[in-house]
Order: sequence, then structure tokens, then C-alpha cells
Amino acid sequence: MELGASGMFVPAQTVGTVLCCICGVTMAPNPTNMCVRCLRSRVDITEGLPRHGAVVHCPECRSYLHPPRTWVRADLESKELLVFCLRRLKPLTRHVRLVHAEFVWTEPHSKRLRLKLRVQRETVHGAILEQSHLVELTVHDQLCPACSRAQANPDQWSAAVQLRQHVAHRRTFFFLEQLILRHGAAIRALRISEADRGLDFFFGSRSHAVKFVEFISGVVPVRSRSDKQLVSHDPKSNIYNYKHTFSVEICPICREDLVCLPPKVAQALGNLGPLVICTKISDSVALLDPFTLRSAFLDASQYWRAPFKALLSSRQLVEYIVLDIEVESSEVTVGGSRYSLAYAQVARLSDFGKNDNIFTVRTHLGQLLNPGDYALGYDLYGANSGDLEIDLPDVVLIKKSYEEKRRNRSGKARPWKLKSLNMDVDNTSKGRADEEKRNIEYEEFLRDLEENPELRFNISLYRNKDYQPSEMASTAGGDDVPSMPLEDLLADLELSDGEEENDDAGSMME
Amino acid sequence: MATRIQFENSCEVGVFSKLTNAYCLVAIGGSENFYSAFEAELADVIPVVKTSIAGTRIIGRLCAGNKNGLLLPHTTTDQELQHLRNSLPDQVVVQRIEERLSALGNCIACNDHVALTHPDLDRETEELIADVLGVEVFRQTIAGNILVGSYCAFSNRGGLVHPHTSIEDLDELSTLLQVPLVAGTVNRGSEVIAAGMTVNDWTAFCGSDTTATELSVVESVFKLREAQPSSIVDEMRKSLIDSYV
Repeated sequence: MELGASGMFVPAQTVGTVLCCICGVTMAPNPTNMCVRCLRSRVDITEGLPRHGAVVHCPECRSYLHPPRTWVRADLESKELLVFCLRRLKPLTRHVRLVHAEFVWTEPHSKRLRLKLRVQRETVHGAILEQSHLVELTVHDQLCPACSRAQANPDQWSAAVQLRQHVAHRRTFFFLEQLILRHGAAIRALRISEADRGLDFFFGSRSHAVKFVEFISGVVPVRSRSDKQLVSHDPKSNIYNYKHTFSVEICPICREDLVCLPPKVAQALGNLGPLVICTKISDSVALLDPFTLRSAFLDASQYWRAPFKALLSSRQLVEYIVLDIEVESSEVTVGGSRYSLAYAQVARLSDFGKNDNIFTVRTHLGQLLNPGDYALGYDLYGANSGDLEIDLPDVVLIKKSYEEKRRNRSGKARPWKLKSLNMDVDNTSKGRADEEKRNIEYEEFLRDLEENPELRFNISLYRNKDYQPSEMASTAGGDDVPSMPLEDLLADLELSDGEEENDDAGSMME
Repeated sequence: MATRIQFENSCEVGVFSKLTNAYCLVAIGGSENFYSAFEAELADVIPVVKTSIAGTRIIGRLCAGNKNGLLLPHTTTDQELQHLRNSLPDQVVVQRIEERLSALGNCIACNDHVALTHPDLDRETEELIADVLGVEVFRQTIAGNILVGSYCAFSNRGGLVHPHTSIEDLDELSTLLQVPLVAGTVNRGSEVIAAGMTVNDWTAFCGSDTTATELSVVESVFKLREAQPSSIVDEMRKSLIDSYV
């Protein structure tokens, strides 16, 4: 017993069959009372629908023109292309309803796109008929304005950023290179070329260059100026085409540099001892007085108001061995690192064992150093104080050294590697010696990365596939050489199109 | 046998004519072709009467009748009533009835023994129908439509109903009417059967749009192939010719 909507008994209704009024074949009754084939042969719902069309395609960038000016990037027989074609065939939808659309495969070089559409329309008597409809679109090739401009002059740039740092080493640029890669700040650059003391970036538009300059000023203290040069000018429409150049100079003070502050600056910072160490460079310079553990920050604008150079930089570090440590004060945390004042007895490694030159110095590394450790510092023993009326210390220790331990592991591959920017290197003049220097500097930079987790913060590291973890137990004794925790490494995703980052590794902070 | 005709270019011949076993009513058209078609078939057998009802030509839908009687709506004028009384044979009772639903042809479908009526017909009208037409009256719907007089046409030999009638309904109606029924269409798929054709025991007239398939269905269900008028032996049979190319 079937119950209808109101709960009353509704008798079963089986639909009977009638004869098609045209051909006499038995069929279920429908509003027209004609069988489907007779209906199809008499009624054509695709009458009046467009069967041909034309689309314009740019062969360089493989995009299609949506008049009057938009170019839509789409691959052959892709979803985007289907949507685009349906949009071009808009008049279709006025009379019929589109139920399904798909591509019929054509040879790519035939310059034809075939679409099979299924449309529905209501006929006389109220019957809805569904019919399939083939549309053929002819593809015309035409370079889009962007590609034609690129074709005409492939190296045409309209904005350039010249990044310079007047120091003898390239550490900053290695670091910047990794940062730029991580944040993708140079994806818009047409070309990157290496210059004597810096890098040149060329962009297609001024706004890209400005964005890049702002990114750089957010990571290192810079001063920049911009200029423009008139390339062409259309007097009728008042259009002026310029080439813009941004000259960006990076502050020459680097990490671990020993700086002697000019008296004015020292006074401005509250009489900070004229000898200071630079501990961190971000968009401001962090200075630490190693003898009083006082620190100060210099903004980019503050620095450039009274610029000063570094006295000694990390290339002039000398290795010392610590003979004795006497911690003087308690631990102080300055800017995220822990320091404590201590008296240390050190000897130069070159002197050690040969003579008895021992220096007693104050150092801020009381926390880290133990007797028997190696440390790196600046040798001021024989220096002349010149104009300054201060007592020059004999040694200023900067950091702990892992050189000995490194020698045990020398030659081992690192478990991680870095990517590099695609640069045009100026190979003409310098030659072999420079390359040697560069390699040494790069190696030091990699060591720096290993030792300092905070440096690694903004850099993406990739797992080195060629690295095999050693089967021998590491020679333990004292503290181990600091190394990268392997979980922090990003796996290099290899896809057929190229390499992509796998962002699941998350942040780099331990 | 079934014939295809047109009334002034319209295929709805059931609207403009009423055919029974004892008489035939025809509307007054601009030309005589319609009337001549009926005359050619029926002249010697039954009277063919030209008339109007309530001043209109849609006489097939306004009146209902069989060989025993004829029922006319209250809108029929006195002259028309008198004309009909004069023209029709004496055994046919012509009666004008007072009924709210005045299109009696749409509300009543009958043969000489049984009638199907609109479910909302008055009680008195039902009794009058039983009296005048001498039939058994059943209130019914056909494929959910209440206008039974429009959606089915039946004679004493068979009947044709709306194509969407379900099989159970068909069986039920067939039992009631005691004649074989078939669901089909006339006039190229039109579902309004009684408006598209008119039929009695030995002949049928369909609209000219009727396809050969439909015509053959009509002929088979009403058993017109072997049918002959009672007093005439007709040897010649008109063969079915499709009138359109």
C-alpha cells in the first residue's frame, strides 16, 4: 500500500505505452507524444547557435586574448581554456541551457579548438530536448603586447638597483643572496649581474625596483638615492619613458667587526667605550662594548648621519688558546645572547709552545670559554693608539673557535646545502686569485651558518642528497662542533618542472 | 473507416461536429466542404444537420448525445432548439438542461450504454442524463483530468483515451465502459482526443494532421476496418494515403 503526500492511500500508477505518432514505435508517453528519434529529426534546438568562432593566441606566452585587452594564460585543453572559450561563446546561453562541455582532441598544430557542448532547450508542448552541439574555434596567432616588447628588445630594463658595500669581503652578499632567495624578492628581476663590490639587479618596472629596495632596507641598514634618465618622450600624449636607477649603499659595518666609534657618536650613545664590537646587523646596527657589556642600537638613518668605518674585520681574526678563565660578573643577556665579563689568560696559537707570550684580557665571553678552548679575536698588541686617549687592550676576543675540531672532520660533506641566485658573473678581469678568495669566504660563511642559529632564521636550507652520515662514532670530548639539527632542513622537492620548497619543515628556530 | 478532414483550416473536427449512431450535427462554416465531407459519408444513413448552439460554432463541445437523446446547454436559443427538434428523428429526445457547467461536450462522454461525466456535475443533471440518454452514469477522471468529455472518445465498439493514462486507470475504465480502450493521440500528438476526432460505430472523422500511425490506431480500436453502416454494403474502401510529402 503506498501512502501519498497527505497520508492517503494512493493506488499504484504504472505508466502505459503509446505509439509514436510519426513512426508508430511503442514508447512511454511524453508531452510531444513523438519518439525521441522523430523529435530529433524534426526539431533542431541548436539552430541559431554559433558553430564557428575565432580566438587570438600568443605563441610566446601561450595566452589567449579576451577582447579588448586582457590576455588569459591557459594551456591547451585545460580547464581555464574551457572557461575562456565558453565566455567567448556567450551568446549561446541566451536561448539554451548548457549542461556539459568538453574538448574534442585536435592536433596542436592544426590551430583549431573543438568543443562539444550538450545543450537543453524547451520545445513546443513543453518537452525539454537535449542535444549535443559541436563548435569549432579557429586559433589565430598574434604576439601579445608584452611579448612583442620583449622580443623587440630582450634586455630592456627600465629600473635598476645597484647594491654596493664598500668592504673587502662578500659575506653580506652571501647572506643577502640567501635571504632574497627565501623571500623571493628578486623573482621580478630580469637580470642579476655581479659587480666589483656588489650586485646589480635589473627590473622591468619602477615599482618592482622600489619593492626590492624596500625589502633590502628592511634587512640591512642602507642609504639609497634614485635617479632617472629620459629614454623617449611622446609630446602629443605627454608620455615620458624613463630608466630609473637606485643606488643603494649598505653600511660597511658587519658582524664581528671591531669598531672605534668617533667621539661624537660615542657621546651620543651615552659614552659607550670607543672600542665596540658589532654583534648583529639587521635594519639597525647592534653594538656591544665588550668590557662593560653595554649595548646600543644604531638606526640606519642614525648611522648615515655620522658614518664610520670598521677598524678590524673578521678577516683579521687571529686564533688564540684560552689558558685560564676567571668569571667576574654574573650572566647578562644582551639582545638574545648571554654574556658575562671575565678575565682570560690567552696565548696566540702561533706563539703557543714556542714562547711565553701570554695576555691577560677582559672578555665578554666568560660564559662560553673554558680553559683549553680556542677562541678568535683581534690582535691589538702592537697597535698604536694614535689620537685616541684610551688604553688599548692587547686582545679583543670575539668568538669561540672550532677550528681544531673541524680539522678532525675535514673533508666531510655537510648534510645540508644552499641554493644560489642566478647571476651573471663578470669573468673578465680578476681571475684565479679572486676565485680562491671567494671560495674561502663562502666556506667561512657556511661555517658561520652552522654555528649561529639566529643567522639561520631567515634562510632556507636544503637536505643534501649526497651526504651520508658517518658510521664511525664521532670523537667526543668536550663540546661537539655545533651542527645543524637535521630536522630543520627542508627536503628539496623534485618535480619535473623544477625544484620547489617543501614548506612543511616550518620555521628554522630550534 | 476513418477519414481526415478539416474545418476551415482547423484540425479540431471534434469541436465543430457531433456524430452519433442516429444523427450528425455539423457547424455552419464559411464553405460547404466540411458539410460535404460528412454528407458524402453519411447522407443515406443518418441525417446530417447544420446548426449552431448558443450562436456559436463549437457545437461539438457544447452538446452531448447518443442515439437516444441530445442534451443542450441552457444557453441554446429557442430557435436552435426548435430547429433541432424538427430536424432530428422523432425517437431522439432533445432536451435543454440547466447546468452550471454549460460545455456539456467537455463534461460528458457517452456511447449508447454508458456515460462518463465530470465529477462536479449536478445531481439533477446526472439523473437527466440517465433519463434522456438512457445510459448508466459514472463520475470519473481521465489521467487526472476532470474534463472527461475532452480527453476521451468512445463508441459502442471501442475507445481512445489520453496518452498519459496509467495502466490501472485504463483497466478500470475499460471495466466500467465494457469496451476495449487504448491510450493514444490524434492530430500529430495532440492529447485532446475528443476535440480532434469524432466517431460512431462504423465511421470516424479525424483532423487532417493525424498521422498514419494514429489513424491506424483509431481504426483498429474502434473496429472500423470491417465496419459497415447497417443498411448499406460498401465494397469500395478508401485506401490510406498520406496527404503530405
